[in-house]
Amino acid sequence: MLNITNIETFYGKIQALKGITLNVEQGKIVTLLGANGAGKTTTMKTIVGLLKPQNGKIEFLGENVTGLRPDQLLRKGIALVPEGRAILGSMTVIENLEMGAYHRKDNEIDKDVEKVMMHFPILKERKEQLGGTLSGGQQQMLAIARALLSRPKLLLLDEPSMGLAPLIVADIFKIIREIKDNGTTVLLVEQNARQALKIADYGYVMETGKIIIKGKASDLLKDPRVVEAYLGKK
Amino acid sequence: MLLEQLINGITLGSIYAIVALGFTLVFGVLGIINMAHGEIFMFGAFIGVIITSTLGLPLWIAFLAAIIVTGILGYMLERVALRPLRGKQGVSHLAPLISTIGASILLENLSHHLFGAGNHPFRNAFAEISFQIGSITIYLVQILIFVISVILMIVLSYWLLKTKAGKALRATAENIETASILGVNTKRIIILTVVIASAMGGIAGILVGMAFNSVNPQMGLSMGLKGLAIIILGGMGNVRGAMAGGLILGLSETLIVAYGDSGYRDAVAFITIIVILLLRPQGLFGQKTTAAGR
Repeated sequence: MLNITNIETFYGKIQALKGITLNVEQGKIVTLLGANGAGKTTTMKTIVGLLKPQNGKIEFLGENVTGLRPDQLLRKGIALVPEGRAILGSMTVIENLEMGAYHRKDNEIDKDVEKVMMHFPILKERKEQLGGTLSGGQQQMLAIARALLSRPKLLLLDEPSMGLAPLIVADIFKIIREIKDNGTTVLLVEQNARQALKIADYGYVMETGKIIIKGKASDLLKDPRVVEAYLGKK
Repeated sequence: MLLEQLINGITLGSIYAIVALGFTLVFGVLGIINMAHGEIFMFGAFIGVIITSTLGLPLWIAFLAAIIVTGILGYMLERVALRPLRGKQGVSHLAPLISTIGASILLENLSHHLFGAGNHPFRNAFAEISFQIGSITIYLVQILIFVISVILMIVLSYWLLKTKAGKALRATAENIETASILGVNTKRIIILTVVIASAMGGIAGILVGMAFNSVNPQMGLSMGLKGLAIIILGGMGNVRGAMAGGLILGLSETLIVAYGDSGYRDAVAFITIIVILLLRPQGLFGQKTTAAGR
């Protein structure tokens, strides 16, 4: 579905991605693991067009989409829930949700917003509240709900469990699995490697701008290099 | 007497509010001070003079022409002075300020060249029409200015709050990256913002021409500085703040002229602003965190 070939992205003169090649198959959850500064977020930002790669090629559904703007890529079906959630704090919950459906022109938006709020009752309860007043977990739900309202084919989640209480983290991972079951492909960046690998089909491990390991999630869970670096001893 | 002065103050204040709205929209979305806003406003005033006094055409055509011309000026400002500096590495954050100052000097000199340096009267058919209510005299022009300003503020508020484009503008103002991943073509929103802000400046130019019956190439500078002071007073990038700040400045200026010394007019206006800012540094409606303004 998404094929990335030899992507190189720079911040000024500093090369953050040194030739990333990865692909995301339709209907799967694919996870991207790695330490801080490995380039996971840079990879995500490059995929959605927030950063322009200097070299390499990004193909989505067989079409070359390298260098397109984020709004153009969203129209093609790639949505990102960025690191830190990026809730519009001065807009209400419902306005945030409506912004999720910004590019849509069909007449099912209101119905979908209603449906999403059924799914996340807390958002319905707080729909007139400003986004900035929600707790971290609620903001993450809002960010995911908002991204889903764009009806993405591929959803990119950047550190969705960051800074959340364990109970809420479990909720988030449950939601991610439901998203996949509903037919949306997921590319998941996570610090929480064990949880991510439990729900993922396969994954990649990044280190200093390169992919160093690729494999099935069940294999990665047993891979000694992964265990030592990211899973710790049980 | 007091009531009459209040009416004068509100008339002036609502014009200030319109000028300040143009400033605040651009600041809210782009995070920059558009120093050319005053000169675009001045061009709007000159268009008004040409259409009504020179060509003798009705006022609504003057408004229409001013909106079109200043809108185009806004578009060119964005293309020439703002966009080339955006998102480039190594460009100082002061660069757009300097480039808009450059644009303002260009526009001022251009208007010297096109219209001449002197004062131009702003004649229109109903400048002298007034009503007498008890001891109070109200000019039709004042009512017209007030009504147009209020309509403009209501339409802008509604547009920002309720329409899709308005929401996209607010999202872009809050966080341009977030807006773009939500599908907003932020480049287009930025153009739209500068064009709308400039057109509002153009409308304000005609209103000032009508109110003071005088238009000259230097009028942009003082109005620009006042607009700037108002958005600092009201809170940078804040729409309600620009409206309230405009009214406060208009009223305080008028009352000082009426009951104090007209020589202190500008001074007192700015002293009011300094006092308010000492008490509330983020401005009347501003948020405490500076990050939220972007």
